[in-house]
Amino acid sequence: MIVGLDVGGTHTDVVVLSGKEIVRKVKILTAQDDLLCTVCNGLSEALRGLVPRSIQRLVVSTTLATNAIVQGQTEPVGVLVASGPGINPYAFEIGQHYYAVGGAIDHRGREIVPISDQEVLDIATRLRSENVRNLALVSKFSVRNPAHEIKMRDLLVDDFDHQTMGHQVSGQLNFGRRIATAYLNSAVAPISQPFYRAVQDCMEQEGLDIPLEILKADGGTMEQVRSFQYAVETILSGPAASVMGALAFADSNKEEVVLDIGGTTTDIAILVNGAPLLKPLGIRTGGYNTLVRGLRTVSIGVGGDSWVRLEDTSLKVGPERRGQALAYGGPEPTPTDALITLGATEGGDKQRAIQGIRQLAEQMGKGVEETAEAVLSETCSLILEAVNALVDRVNKTPVYTIYELLEDRSVVPTGMIVIGGPAKEFAPRLQALTGWEAHVPPSYEVANAIGAAVARTTCEVTVLADTDRRFVCAPEEDYLDSIDSGATKKEVIRLALDLLRMKALKMGASADDLEMELLEDHEYSMVQGFHRVGRNIRVRAQIKPGLVGLYRKEPA
Amino acid sequence: MKAKRRTGLVFFPAFDWAISETHPEREERLLYTQDQVFEEGILDIEGLVEFNPVVATVKDVERVHFCVPEVEAVLTESHYIAAGGCKAIADAVLGGTTECGFALVRPPGHHAMRVVHGSRGFCNINIEAVMLEYMRWTYGVDRVAIVDTDCHHGDGTQDIYWHDPDTLVISLHQDGRTLYPGSGFPTEMGGPNALGTTVNIPLPPGTSEQGFLYVLNRVVLPILEEFEPELIINSAGQDNHYSDPITNMNFSAQGYAKLTEQLRPHIAVLEGGYSIEGALPYVNVGIILALAGVDYSWVREPDYDPEQIRQDSQVDSLISGTCGKVLELRQECALRREKYLGGSEFVQRNKSVFYDTDGFLEDQREVVRVCRECAGLMRIDSRAETGYRILGIRVPRKGCPTCQRLGRQWFESGSVKAFDKVYLQDCVTDEYQVKSA
Repeated sequence: MIVGLDVGGTHTDVVVLSGKEIVRKVKILTAQDDLLCTVCNGLSEALRGLVPRSIQRLVVSTTLATNAIVQGQTEPVGVLVASGPGINPYAFEIGQHYYAVGGAIDHRGREIVPISDQEVLDIATRLRSENVRNLALVSKFSVRNPAHEIKMRDLLVDDFDHQTMGHQVSGQLNFGRRIATAYLNSAVAPISQPFYRAVQDCMEQEGLDIPLEILKADGGTMEQVRSFQYAVETILSGPAASVMGALAFADSNKEEVVLDIGGTTTDIAILVNGAPLLKPLGIRTGGYNTLVRGLRTVSIGVGGDSWVRLEDTSLKVGPERRGQALAYGGPEPTPTDALITLGATEGGDKQRAIQGIRQLAEQMGKGVEETAEAVLSETCSLILEAVNALVDRVNKTPVYTIYELLEDRSVVPTGMIVIGGPAKEFAPRLQALTGWEAHVPPSYEVANAIGAAVARTTCEVTVLADTDRRFVCAPEEDYLDSIDSGATKKEVIRLALDLLRMKALKMGASADDLEMELLEDHEYSMVQGFHRVGRNIRVRAQIKPGLVGLYRKEPA
Repeated sequence: MKAKRRTGLVFFPAFDWAISETHPEREERLLYTQDQVFEEGILDIEGLVEFNPVVATVKDVERVHFCVPEVEAVLTESHYIAAGGCKAIADAVLGGTTECGFALVRPPGHHAMRVVHGSRGFCNINIEAVMLEYMRWTYGVDRVAIVDTDCHHGDGTQDIYWHDPDTLVISLHQDGRTLYPGSGFPTEMGGPNALGTTVNIPLPPGTSEQGFLYVLNRVVLPILEEFEPELIINSAGQDNHYSDPITNMNFSAQGYAKLTEQLRPHIAVLEGGYSIEGALPYVNVGIILALAGVDYSWVREPDYDPEQIRQDSQVDSLISGTCGKVLELRQECALRREKYLGGSEFVQRNKSVFYDTDGFLEDQREVVRVCRECAGLMRIDSRAETGYRILGIRVPRKGCPTCQRLGRQWFESGSVKAFDKVYLQDCVTDEYQVKSA
């Protein structure tokens, strides 16, 4: 059996799956000020009476890191950046302890200006006097040559608790995001490490002898032991949990939209060939652009509890939520009240709902039912507007080769998977408006916890080979080797896939879930004068976000 | 980080296209620029918007060029996309999405002339001209200045707008006696109907930041102010850089950024620049930041040493002399125009054009009607060593009825026995006609 637990803003859901059967569903209120207690209570309730040995896997998705970042309750971090020429390094200033130091590496990984030991040590002295215990060490182009970050780490390793080096967080180019990502990692690691250790303890008390797995923003998992180095990857795992839950019901031959309609917001994602689309570089959270792999989701302020009112003469839905629906004692009418008025859903105080809608109807000079329909169609329109905007942005993603530009790879959705509270009621309306087949999976109300349970381990590697300078490196893996001047792209791809496989297994993947995919494989001749001096080969590969073995549907 | 000016960027390195494997115009050309642009996180700057290029159409090209034997024969996909990258920026700027924009595209275009038999100076079609005529037809733009800061004389752009009084073409370049294409002297000032709207400022080898900014302030900006263009286009070649392998200048990334800041072009278009590791990554970042109004003071090449590239006093005085001459010659334009108006109705110029990239010669006889009403009807009789001989007739955009009528007559009487193709470009009606035996 496998267990998935997803901590949401209001509720925490737990499911226990046996094969494809849901043997237990638990929904409890989330105590935002005591997430550990919430997780442990949810687990004990879900596991009660089950044989501990029959649980083979347990995955948790929490809001811990996201909350800490958004609420600014993170640990102080000393940030040392060696920028070299380019944008003013103070433009990337982050946190209260930010220092630009000397040292420069160029785009091919050559050292231009060395790091000054004394400068770094002086800053360290100051940081210690200010009681800063954690560091983010970042240099420009460190993914081409991490020497300066390693040098800083070696100088400081004994005097600080935790250091994040920029090249470890991602193999992608983007100095500003690398700084922000390394900073956030060091800022949340001291909080998340003890938390997940405590969850693991709690599992042991329940008699479980399996590693705790944690859901990441890209819809993949990693083992708890990795959560220190990659703490930042657990931010925004909530939307990913829902999408992975929907994926379990997706048609792998279709391009589909996932809509998770909640009380306050609706989250939107896109599935292509049975896999969710990822953000090109990384997610944005708490005002920071990062290099954290994440699903390409959009969240809009429209949901079952959105505030419905008239502005001038037009009906407005959201983005504000004033409370629950009138039917449940809330202060203002909501789309949920419209559903209750129409008898589309049961529950709460129907008269209060009707009364609220009637007031709107009178102001508009329309009938009550007509007004309720208008509220729902406005709600659906707002959702679909956001869907179209997302699809449009995806289709306008920049490309850099003639082949890609001329080969039209536009995403054209033809289906929808609708989950979340009012999924059943909204799905037919959305289908009528788009003509796309709208599908509401069974147990849609706990799709998020199912998603956590069935998500497989994911990871990514980036490999760069420069046959002129005779090196090959995979910065995130701390891999650096010499390479033959005649090395080919094929060899570099093989190396990348080997590294990827090793990394995935280390992170807790099972050997039959290693669905590998090349994200990038480019090769350029490097010419000096009129002679080719070597090749520049760049390969990026990932374990695709997807489902663990049993839950995978093979493409028809 | 936030841009002071909303800036559009088309970044299209065309990583799958080269003239040949080791040619300067190869896949690798913008590789390190892309690395630098990506690593700097330039696309994360708020107010900087990236667009994909569109694909320019045959019609866009026919509005500007006579391609021999036809457009499809002399262009590859890369050329449609380079011109289309410029169009995408034009749409962003004129559609009001951004205030300015930079088309970082390849291959370049400023050596492509009105008649195109093949490739010269790595250029097949003039991407700025294709963009400009598209803007005129789509957005009703009229008066435009093109400032060419590539190290090579923008002889193609000059040729195309030689007779157009509504397009001011200013080219700063390394003296033609020392560099390809060998033209661009101060006395080249435009045809009889457009005297003074072509401006050439040849600079001696060794010109550095000081010289470029001097010319900008003494000559370029005052002429722009006088011309009052609605739009300024910068053909932003980057081969004036001190590390460029095929030129001899001493310009720097800081210099390019300052020039961009002071010129304030609405649209910049990448032209040449072949120091792909040592210059382009830094120069392009400098130009983008300067356009967007973001602090560029930290942008410099790893080996930048202002002392090493300081221009000597002899260069100072040569440049100052050239600027004086350019300004002096401009004073004579009105008088020369009067003389043309009192002289014969038609003026002929003969040209020999070398297609260095493809390796053949073309001979041209170009005749323009001296006209008081419009930019003047023109015809080009062109014969190339490829064996083609063509006749191209062009009625200008704001052509007068007389020029238009006469143009139609020339086209009708153009002999398909004497010429392989006869073309009519009627820019009043936006028509393009071709006839052949």
